[in-house]
Amino acid sequence: MSDFDLTKAGEAARPMPQLARQGFEVRALKSGLLTGLTWLAALIAAVPLISVMYLLLVKGGSRLFGADFAEVLTGLPPAGFELGGGIGPAIVGTLVMVGIASVISIPIGILAAIYLGVLEPRSRLANTSRFLAKVLTGFPSIMAGVFVYAVLVIHWGYSAWAGGIALAVLMLRTVVLAAEEAIAQVPQRMKDAAYGMGCTRTQVIWKVVLPTGLPGILTGVLLAVAGAAGESAPLLFTALFSNYFISELSEPTASLSILIYNFSGMPFPNQIELAWTASLVLVLIVLMFNILARLIGQPKV
Amino acid sequence: MNAAAESTFVADPYAAVGEVVIDCQVNKIFYGDFLAVRDSLVPIEQHKITGFIGPSGCGKSTVLRSLNRMNDLIQVFRFEGSVMYHGQDVYGPKVDPVLVRRYIGMVFQQPNPFSMSIYDNVAFGLRLNRFKGDMDERVQKALERAALWNEVKDKLKNSGLSLSGGQQQRLCIARAIATEPDVLLMDEPCSALDPIATRQVEELMLDLKKNYTLALVTHNMQQATRVADTTAFFSVDISHGGRTGYLVEMGPTAQIFEAPREQLTKDYISGQFS
Repeated sequence: MSDFDLTKAGEAARPMPQLARQGFEVRALKSGLLTGLTWLAALIAAVPLISVMYLLLVKGGSRLFGADFAEVLTGLPPAGFELGGGIGPAIVGTLVMVGIASVISIPIGILAAIYLGVLEPRSRLANTSRFLAKVLTGFPSIMAGVFVYAVLVIHWGYSAWAGGIALAVLMLRTVVLAAEEAIAQVPQRMKDAAYGMGCTRTQVIWKVVLPTGLPGILTGVLLAVAGAAGESAPLLFTALFSNYFISELSEPTASLSILIYNFSGMPFPNQIELAWTASLVLVLIVLMFNILARLIGQPKV
Repeated sequence: MNAAAESTFVADPYAAVGEVVIDCQVNKIFYGDFLAVRDSLVPIEQHKITGFIGPSGCGKSTVLRSLNRMNDLIQVFRFEGSVMYHGQDVYGPKVDPVLVRRYIGMVFQQPNPFSMSIYDNVAFGLRLNRFKGDMDERVQKALERAALWNEVKDKLKNSGLSLSGGQQQRLCIARAIATEPDVLLMDEPCSALDPIATRQVEELMLDLKKNYTLALVTHNMQQATRVADTTAFFSVDISHGGRTGYLVEMGPTAQIFEAPREQLTKDYISGQFS
């Protein structure tokens, strides 16, 4: 029902429109309240990361940014009542195992994504494989460790290899799904243009699809690397731990996350302090990969 | 209704005057079980622009894309007939569709530059063909012919996607002609462009026909009268329950628009149906 009486002509039939903002209307109050609530929720969502970073900087920063930072980053872990020492083997071990995992999972993941995204996106194999990759996303990470323990560690013992393979199992899903997403977003008309120029399917993939999807693929890869660097559960059963620098890939290997787990439970203040420092280093490594991923993933042009 | 409705070729197919580069004889084109186009004879003459006009769904784009086997990318596509290109059937059993497309290039409806620099876009096809000569010179020549050089010569390193729509389309034309293809197929190349950019691309087409042979699908009849030497009019046959396109009439553009032989052509160009 209209407020206006259209049968009456002239000014009297049309009240002057009121366009000014009505501050104390119910709708305005509700709007203000809800805006405030969302603002608060956004703030709460940011609190955990900021408070964790603050705590780590306070507890672990003194050693990392202190006078003996070189010893902390390169030294061997201290024994019992020993003072000083560092987390060198754990940093190297984490990097080595993440490296092994990357070398295994990135090529397989990207090749699988090419199959899923370009070659046969609708085939039964593609649908099954995509579904399984998604299931793997909700897979508890400790299971990757148990799986590799049962398959490899029982026969050949704890090793950097086993740790790397366990991490690779976890990285694969992220790489596959992110790379497929990036590849699927390459517009069909760009692929048509390449076919129209006389490209073979291989050339279309190498020269157009992969370069165009590269930022998205790299983002996925870096997020997978960051995730793997922070994992501890899969390494418990596979790489175990070591107090020394890695000399062979077939021996037990130190990692930052296991070092944190081990040292934080010890009754010695020096070890507990080093656990804090290792946590800070680990978070900084993960953060670095995340920031890199964001920078690369930003659209250019 | 008229002769073409009886599943035969048009009574008097267009007798080409000049040398025919592509002699296309469509018997049937299917998408799965759907008969998309039937019975059409379309000769494409050298150094001329052949315009394809007709209502939506009449199969003009399908026929154009059949000429360089772009439709092969659609799995359910099936072509019956022949496309004779310099005496060879493009659909012959030994023919590699990839090589066909290197001789018969294509410009699409939506400008589709690659997400790389302007220079790399134009050099793309040359690198694909392992071109050994002076790349810079060929890139410049292609951009000049596409009437784009003056606008981009100071920013060849910028992304092709940073250009305006009209510039992007001319970049795509430069990319297509850089490899010196024999024939250029254009599938509604101006439908995404504003009138000024459209005029630039049309002038470019008229210039290009000196060196190339062009086939052009257009929705715009004025465009056909402005640029096409020969016009092929397609229509849709709904008499058999489906929507099958076919060639109604083909001839010199002036004849098609001023003295069409078929009633259907007359109705279409006078705007009585679309």
